[in-house]
Amino acid sequence: MAYSLRAYEYWLIVYKRIFRGTITSSILNPVIYLAAMGVGLGKVVNHGAHPLGVPYLDFVAPGLLAAVAMQVACIESAFPIRGAVVWNKNYEAMLATPLRTRDLLFGHLLYVATRAAMVTGIYLLIITLFGVVHSTLSLLSIPVGVLLALSFAGFVSSVAILAEKDPFNPLFRFVITPLFLFSGTFFPVTRLPHVLRELAYATPLWNAVDFVRGATLGTLTWQRAVVHVAYFAVVIAAGIVVAAWAYRKKLVW
Amino acid sequence: MPPLIHARGLTKRFGDFTAVAGIDFDVQPGEAFGFLGPNGAGKSSTMRMIGCVSPPSGGTLRILDKDPVRDGSQIRARLGVVPQADTLDNELTVHENLFVYGRYFGLSRKEVRAKAAELLEFVQLSDRGNAKVEALSGGMKRRVTIARSLVNDPDVLLLDEPTTGLDPQARHLVWDRLFRLKQRGATLVLTTHYMDEAEQLCDRLVIMNNGKIAEEGHPLELIRRLSTREVVELRFGGEPPDVDAGAFNGQVARIEVLPERLLLYTDDGDALVPVAHEKLHPQSVLVRRSTLEDVFLRLTGRTLID
Repeated sequence: MAYSLRAYEYWLIVYKRIFRGTITSSILNPVIYLAAMGVGLGKVVNHGAHPLGVPYLDFVAPGLLAAVAMQVACIESAFPIRGAVVWNKNYEAMLATPLRTRDLLFGHLLYVATRAAMVTGIYLLIITLFGVVHSTLSLLSIPVGVLLALSFAGFVSSVAILAEKDPFNPLFRFVITPLFLFSGTFFPVTRLPHVLRELAYATPLWNAVDFVRGATLGTLTWQRAVVHVAYFAVVIAAGIVVAAWAYRKKLVW
Repeated sequence: MPPLIHARGLTKRFGDFTAVAGIDFDVQPGEAFGFLGPNGAGKSSTMRMIGCVSPPSGGTLRILDKDPVRDGSQIRARLGVVPQADTLDNELTVHENLFVYGRYFGLSRKEVRAKAAELLEFVQLSDRGNAKVEALSGGMKRRVTIARSLVNDPDVLLLDEPTTGLDPQARHLVWDRLFRLKQRGATLVLTTHYMDEAEQLCDRLVIMNNGKIAEEGHPLELIRRLSTREVVELRFGGEPPDVDAGAFNGQVARIEVLPERLLLYTDDGDALVPVAHEKLHPQSVLVRRSTLEDVFLRLTGRTLID
């Protein structure tokens, strides 16, 4: 564990250089989305009544909060990891020290968790200011954002490590963006056709969106929360197993 | 005292390809030990195994009296590594690179700050601490890498082609620093395909070819044992003529044929020059001392840099 913290410190030192820029976009991004989606699009959707049971802004804001945790996890696992392994070989330098591949993996996961906590924390603050948070349970959206981020970090890191060619265009276009659009972020997955609906239930993003939405609206039941957390535990564990294999395969030869 | 590095039958295979084909060597404390050989000889694979980042495929390897697979992390804590390609973080400053690296070894922030300042002075980059690595020249980056490798006061310093790709001035600066480390009693293990580097820095070296050790010894001793005192180099406009060492009445011990060149190995170059002129009509003639390159040619039939 101590060794993982040393690897974690590396990412924090790198992050310190881009800190200001990311904070600005972490604040501006939700404000713009919420203004467009909630206030603009919401007028059309609500249309005098509330077909979703709550105002559209209240519905979409928690969905966007969860989605941003997924996005930051994917971005932080894609380019920096590709850089550390292929472009700049920082990982090679780190492995010449007492650090082992698993320390690099856990150090990076800690960093992704930190970034996810930051962006969901900021998002939560902003949607609170937009007046769509109805329960103190909403504080749980930060740890859920972290769980969601960790569900992606291992798998995306593995792709970044093992892909022959730069894999990120197809990854973001055909995996991340569809997830973003169809996992209950913008509309309930019950509106999806049968097979797609079942598929959506299996995605990490839907599990997080459902949890966070329940938390901000105050409708979350503990049974549902337990199921979601158990789901994340399984996905995160699988991601760690795959990533540990990818790290060893690429870095130890 | 046991050797710092002990290898017997050390082997590294990648699938069907054998990069290191069973080599034996020992490195003693305070020694500067070199692996000399052309690209693809197995030098870097050997270094990676010594660096405990690449598990051996066979044979025995003990480093600091420990097992590199089981105790890799503990061993690496006491090694300094200068890899062939710089692995500095270009986004960070020189100081940040040293700082974070020292932290990997568990140094406190205070310790590592003091150490970084001391090492930057040692590699003569004190005024560049806040510069981004990206902005440095190749020679400066190498010096930062050397400084970085010393952050944990290593018992053994591993240098994989420390001056490849540097201009002559930068090379001399690196050599000078390495020489100082050597004088302080550091143990150096280095690979190179430069003879002058090996002659300058190594107390003892092995010549590798095709994954095997062809010879071992002190550079001068190897030259004395495996080559003649002098070499007469004859240059021709095209293919050199076909000639046998026997045609020189015992004056020539051996002949190497290279593209457009003949190397005549002899103990008295000046005496051989008129004879060679008369017999072979070369375009130009050069008399020089034997070097490790000649030893290498004899052992492998190839030049080192090809």
